[in-house]
Amino acid sequence: MVKKKRSAPSKTSIFLNGKFVGYHPDGKSLANRLRERRRMNELNSQVNIYYAQRLNELHILTDKGRVRRPYIVVENGKSRLAPEVMARIKNNELSWGHLIKMGIIEYLDAQEEENTFVAINEKDLTPEHTHLEVDPANLFGVVAGVLPYPEHNSSPRITMGCAMAKQSLGIYTTNFRQRYDTRGYVMYYPQQPLVQTSLYKALNLKQKAAGQNCVVALTSYHGYNMADAIVVNKSSIDRGLHRITMFKTYETEERMYPGGQKDKIELPTPDVVGYRGEIVYRHLGEDGIIIPESEIKSKDVLVGKTSPPRFLEEISVFGTVEEKKRESSLSLKAGESGRVDSIVVTEGPSGNRLVKVRVRSIKIPEIGDKLASRHGQKGVIGLLVPQEDMPFTKSGIVPDLIVNPHAIPSRMTAGHLLETLGGKAACMGGIIANGTAFSGNTEDEYKEILKKAGFQEYGEEVLYDGTTGKKIISKIFIGTIYYQRLHHLVSNKMHVRSRGPVQLLTHQPTEGRAREGGLRFGEMERDCLIGYGASMLIKERLLEESDKTIQLICTECGSIATHDYARNRDICPICQCESVEPVEMSYAFKLLLDEIKSLYIFPRIKLRDKG
Amino acid sequence: MKSKKQSVGIPPFEAVGVICAQSIGEPGTQMTMRTFHYAGVAEHVPTGLPRLIEIVDAKKEPKKPIIDMYLKKSYTKNRAECERVAKELSSVFISDVADVEDDLEKLVIKVIFNEKDGKAQGITFAMVKKAVEDFGESKTIDHTVIIKPSKEIKKAKKISTTTSNKKEKEPKVMTAKAVRKLTNKVRDAIVRGVVGIHKAVVIKGNDEYFIRAGGFNIIGACMNPAIDQDRIYTNNIKEMERVYGIEAARNSIVKEMKDVLDMQGLFVDIRHIMLIADAMTYCGTVKSIGRHGLSGEKIGVLGRAAFEETIKHLINACALSEEELLVGVTENIIVGQTVPVGTGKIKLIMKNKKK
Repeated sequence: MVKKKRSAPSKTSIFLNGKFVGYHPDGKSLANRLRERRRMNELNSQVNIYYAQRLNELHILTDKGRVRRPYIVVENGKSRLAPEVMARIKNNELSWGHLIKMGIIEYLDAQEEENTFVAINEKDLTPEHTHLEVDPANLFGVVAGVLPYPEHNSSPRITMGCAMAKQSLGIYTTNFRQRYDTRGYVMYYPQQPLVQTSLYKALNLKQKAAGQNCVVALTSYHGYNMADAIVVNKSSIDRGLHRITMFKTYETEERMYPGGQKDKIELPTPDVVGYRGEIVYRHLGEDGIIIPESEIKSKDVLVGKTSPPRFLEEISVFGTVEEKKRESSLSLKAGESGRVDSIVVTEGPSGNRLVKVRVRSIKIPEIGDKLASRHGQKGVIGLLVPQEDMPFTKSGIVPDLIVNPHAIPSRMTAGHLLETLGGKAACMGGIIANGTAFSGNTEDEYKEILKKAGFQEYGEEVLYDGTTGKKIISKIFIGTIYYQRLHHLVSNKMHVRSRGPVQLLTHQPTEGRAREGGLRFGEMERDCLIGYGASMLIKERLLEESDKTIQLICTECGSIATHDYARNRDICPICQCESVEPVEMSYAFKLLLDEIKSLYIFPRIKLRDKG
Repeated sequence: MKSKKQSVGIPPFEAVGVICAQSIGEPGTQMTMRTFHYAGVAEHVPTGLPRLIEIVDAKKEPKKPIIDMYLKKSYTKNRAECERVAKELSSVFISDVADVEDDLEKLVIKVIFNEKDGKAQGITFAMVKKAVEDFGESKTIDHTVIIKPSKEIKKAKKISTTTSNKKEKEPKVMTAKAVRKLTNKVRDAIVRGVVGIHKAVVIKGNDEYFIRAGGFNIIGACMNPAIDQDRIYTNNIKEMERVYGIEAARNSIVKEMKDVLDMQGLFVDIRHIMLIADAMTYCGTVKSIGRHGLSGEKIGVLGRAAFEETIKHLINACALSEEELLVGVTENIIVGQTVPVGTGKIKLIMKNKKK
């Protein structure tokens, strides 16, 4: 069967927010008339009208949840935002709201956009056009609009640049001193970028800057910046480059327990169950709360707290109930250190006494910390070099960072280079350069400034090797570019274990950094060793280095036997015999045997001499 | 010569199976990523990972069974002749060339021959008539066959299927329901061609023509005198096993797997594939890899329990008082011993008596 093409019905169906309301003989002209009335402010500016030619349907949309964006209305190929209107705006006579009321600017939703023909630039306008883009840079959103020169970069790098800008550390809020965020990072000397976009200025982001302008040389350095590593000038770091304070808030509460018992914030006495020794409590005041500005190391107690016992005590010999308190102090996590910044004692949501302790620690950039420019060019610090060993220019400028040139060509981030050039020109010209998409300063403008300042116009300079003092033969591209420090700090991630805690149930090593755990030697890793035939190594990984135990096995009945310490002999609890042998096995296997027993299956282990 | 042999040979206690699994599994991960881009293409023969899974699971019938039939020498060069054979082979149903209606009042089935469709398929009215003969007495009125379903035939069929005499006491009169049922059977009756073979196409291979068709009925296809019985192949492994035996099934597993991997541009040493094929066929029938096949037949209880359906295996082992002999790899890892593979297999046979 051939499907017949259905012709559009002759009458236009009208829909209001998706609900059919009636017919109209000519939907297209009705749509135009409705839009005209909206522009005359007779209809609310939030109403959108969409005419579907093919289905001959007219949709009038007034409901919530439609994403809308502004356009300049165009009439007969002429923008309604005429020069005389522009003049009035400049005189502060008109605001954005006025422009909407006057029908010069209107917001369109995704549906109405289907009926438009939008020009990007005013000079492209033809009589067919219905709208004009307010600014071509508007096609980028809020985050991408802050990145300089996105039109010179490949799109995946813009996406990455956006993602990383969100991870940058700067001043996240201006009232950080008053806040008790669980985690907060504040930069020591944040700078506004030398190359900014109009959106950056409009959002006034320099108030909350998140990065610093660094002198960056594009070259290699003894292989320490291979594969996206960055070589950093140690002396710059000593001067405070990318230095950050980390605030971390710890909190504890005096909880209530059923039975009228309560936690108590106090200095624990040595008779408390689980007392951790005098040293960890050394900074606590009489009230059990730590004294501000005391320097603390890992596992030091911040707030001393005791809890009632977990189970009701039995009545002792003397007939008195001996209340033994349990230690439940709040202490610093393993591997962390810093100073107590401030303390708040308040009431928690359930009316209990709540103590919050804010700990501050300085995070100086170190090898392994992550830095990124605003062009998706990220890297970790690979080496810290003292200033005397860094290359320098004839004017004595030493770069802060050395980035490997291999990072550029395959990723096609020309914007990175242009920003470097622009940053250099901005330094020399004493300006803030404009890197707005499609309308920013051009390469030629930068060249002009650099030329006037006595620099090579392409930004390349002769560098001298810091260690030998010899001239480096090739010229090296060097300039100033905004770099951000991202919140992936090694000090928060680094983790090693050779010995450590094990799980109670399986006797296998714990998992995760917070529990000082081991890395899992998984099934596929195991398969690789089997494939290699390295059975001794498998045994070492899976038994010796994990949950090895020696269990006593009864040779008669094959069940697990015990050692009777009172009589100092091994005995099988099932058949009461003493023919018991020690057997090496994994604790997990012993657990498996126990679990099989719980299934009403009795596993026997038959012992045999190993050949 | 000797050194060549040594370098090619597999050392004793090499974990051949694991290496085989890894060698196929690793390219398999790359395949998943690539093949799923083709999803949605119509008339798509499963390739890549889905097909590989089909083979390994020893499915009764592949999603798209294909049969390749080569012709006897005298036919191979002549395309027209091949087309004729292809037409003979591909099955044509009654419903393809005629409208089948049931008249429930008179309890008859009308088969109205459509000349136009018939001509396109090269089917004559006589052929249709012959095809419906079995269903009962038929009358012919101007390109229409009217069948009066006869009971005898129905009875005869019943006996052959159930072999019980209980069912012989059938109502004397055909019920409307039975007629309906029979009508559907008439629709699916074959006018010409081989059961299960359809859409036969002539393809030019290496300097000869051969016929490729959907379906897998090897024996049916061999009935055609033009077909070379020694050169017929289907991607249905179970059918290969049924007709040609287990060795052929093994070879077709190897071929099918290799074809899939080659199509993806992946290279896997043929010996790995052969090992899989051997493992699937060594016991005489094609077995799948997995719970119902190979892994389900491991000796050790712990090994089986570690794979799938843990509790079922444990309970069964308990009921049968099974003994775990610790011969497998998994079992030994669970217990915490060296695995009997590679280094772990080497044992001291005799200890020095002097200590």
